[in-house]
Amino acid sequence: MSDEILDEITASEYKYGFTSDIESDKVPPGLNEDVIRLISSKKNEPEWMLEWRLDAFRTWSEMIEPDWPNVTYNKPNFQAISYYSAPKQTKTLDSLEEVDPELLKTFEKLGISIDEQKRLTGVAMDVVVDSVSVATSFKETLAEKGIIFCSMSEAIQEHPELVRKHLGTVVPKRDNFYAALNSAVFTDGSFCYIPKGVHCPMELSTYFRINEAGTGQFERTLLVADKGSYVSYLEGCTAPSRDENQLHAAVVELVAMEGAEIKYSTVQNWFPGDAEGKGGVFNFVTKRGICERNSKISWTQVETGSAVTWKYPSCILKGDNSVGEFYSVAVTNKFQQADTGTKMIHLGKNTKSTIISKGISAGKSHNSYRGLVRVGPRAENARNFSQCDSLLMGNQCGAHTFPYIEAQNPSAQIEHEATTSKIGEDQIFYCNQRGIGTEEAIALIVNGYCKEVLNQLPMEFAVEAQKLLEVSLEGSVG
Amino acid sequence: MIRINDLQARVEEKEILSGINLEINPGEVHAIMGPNGSGKSTLSSVIAGREDYEVTGGTIDFEGEDLLNLDPEERAHKGIFLSFQYPVEIPGVTVSNFIKTAINESRKGRGEEPMEAREMLAKMREKTALLEMDKSYLSRSLNEGFSGGEKKRNEIFQMAMLEPKLAILDETDSGLDIDALRIVANGVNKLRSEDNAVLVITHYQRLLDYIEPDFVHVLYNGKIVKSGDKNLALELEAKGYDWIKEENV
Ligand SMILES: Nc1ncnc2c1ncn2[C@@H]1O[C@H](COP(=O)(O)OP(=O)(O)O)[C@@H](O)[C@H]1O
Ligand SMILES: [Mg+2]
Repeated sequence: MSDEILDEITASEYKYGFTSDIESDKVPPGLNEDVIRLISSKKNEPEWMLEWRLDAFRTWSEMIEPDWPNVTYNKPNFQAISYYSAPKQTKTLDSLEEVDPELLKTFEKLGISIDEQKRLTGVAMDVVVDSVSVATSFKETLAEKGIIFCSMSEAIQEHPELVRKHLGTVVPKRDNFYAALNSAVFTDGSFCYIPKGVHCPMELSTYFRINEAGTGQFERTLLVADKGSYVSYLEGCTAPSRDENQLHAAVVELVAMEGAEIKYSTVQNWFPGDAEGKGGVFNFVTKRGICERNSKISWTQVETGSAVTWKYPSCILKGDNSVGEFYSVAVTNKFQQADTGTKMIHLGKNTKSTIISKGISAGKSHNSYRGLVRVGPRAENARNFSQCDSLLMGNQCGAHTFPYIEAQNPSAQIEHEATTSKIGEDQIFYCNQRGIGTEEAIALIVNGYCKEVLNQLPMEFAVEAQKLLEVSLEGSVG
Repeated sequence: MIRINDLQARVEEKEILSGINLEINPGEVHAIMGPNGSGKSTLSSVIAGREDYEVTGGTIDFEGEDLLNLDPEERAHKGIFLSFQYPVEIPGVTVSNFIKTAINESRKGRGEEPMEAREMLAKMREKTALLEMDKSYLSRSLNEGFSGGEKKRNEIFQMAMLEPKLAILDETDSGLDIDALRIVANGVNKLRSEDNAVLVITHYQRLLDYIEPDFVHVLYNGKIVKSGDKNLALELEAKGYDWIKEENV
């Protein structure tokens, strides 16, 4: 494995920087009610869905883009974005052979051959390319257990009652600027429902990918774990390089009903921009879960990509004894900016939350942790433990920590620890002396530093995440 | 094996080594003694290739090659090992992962295939047993929370795993109790052969009771001011360094 890693480290250009020629069906740029009607009708949506979108659009039109994160960027021109782009594919597919060969080639370049993944890991994947799901596998195994795992478009057609009941309940349309925009124009995403008492037998996985130039990505994910069920969900992304900045404004909603457990893992590797910081993806995502009694939601994220990242996977600990966890590694290099963290909202009694955040800054990047722990007045015996570590490489980067604590119940126990460290020359020399070159040494030290978070990831994902860390820190010593 | 000729080195404008001459042949054990601050650790760091030290003159030849032109990891690949006076901590990296990486990177550096997992495991078992280490060591974070003695023992464990040609032990005995000293010394002796050599830096005779040196050198003010056989160490033990200092004012 280490040979490959070295190769990847020495290959300086963004590995996934290519475009494939899939024919696209694209709506002209611009945003108004007609465009939304067009999207909705292209997707053959029911009336209630269109109304929902239009309501979100009207809300959004009156909102102002926020500027409180510790990031600077050229605000996207929302009228220059094309809001719909689907690979031209009309019929549903039963096997990979039916998939556009260009698309399959794309997967190959990404090293995510679906076949391989299916065979080796037993992962069912709902692959999203340019906003529309084109391949879904392992559906039958899941169906036997009553598990629904499909694209959001399909869910709207096939399971409208479930979608209608839960969509927007965790992240309301008017929650924030980007969530409102997403609600108005989302083109696809994933839907997942785990029935009562069912332990999902495999990791559910989605690969997102931006392909079409100038296409904003507005994914919508809704995951509902019914009482006493369990699911582990993996989300991973890569994106091809582009000159103009691409906007990614996804919304992810998790519902953990009584006694349910959801593990949501993300490896995010959108294009970070070139050496000068040009052309990267803007990643403005709203991710939130709600926990009923005795339930648990665990977010794990490894963020290495994007020019600008702005996201706070959060938990609303509504039910008594519910548990929220957030494990995060955020790497920034070159000119990347990340403002990420979590919100743990304790509403129920005996609720517990854990936050482990590991920031790594290299190059001229800026990495901010922003976290809120709020304990409501009725949350007796709420407990939180937060640990926010920053690792700096070189002296042109920045690490910032913004912890916010609001305790409205005197029984709350909130612990916050923060450290900032640098990779020491002593550590590197020690590794060198044992025969480990400097790039490898840094990879080793960084992986050690992130271990608590990487340990939370499913095995095969952890390996991928380690590789990503190494690739994204390539060339950061000197 | 290694020939050091008129080696001079400085750190931050300050000359620390001022003309070291030392030749070590395969199969030999050399000991370097000398007062604190005389340059012993500097010499070992310069041999290992630490960049903080600027070599201002002289040469180091290792098996016919100019060592000073090589990166520290390349020197390691060629079989130079330094047991650090102050081993560093690497949080989150287990001893086993670290040593596995070290062995396979060294092998790669020499154009060899990585060691098979089974062989690696067997070797780790053998060497932990040799050094009377509990196997739980292997899954601990490298040197994190280790006692002084555990750190030193861990250095020798790594040495045993890497099987270097030239092992430099920089005050490996300090921080060890009598039992640990015996175990560590035994580990070093097991490595000794016709083909490799050991350079021991120490203040104490007690280590040399176990690892018997062929030559003993006294380093003072950046120079080797006296060399002899193992009896020189006994003499130093008895008389201290003052007479050396007086001879070299
Ligand atoms: N990195 C450094 N920066 C400044 N001075 C140093 C450094 N390393 C060693 N020295 C100085 O060089 C001299 C020799 O140190 P060292 O080689 O550690 O001696 P020894 O190991 O014999 O005790 C000492 O005066 C020490 O203070
Ligand atoms: Mg010393």
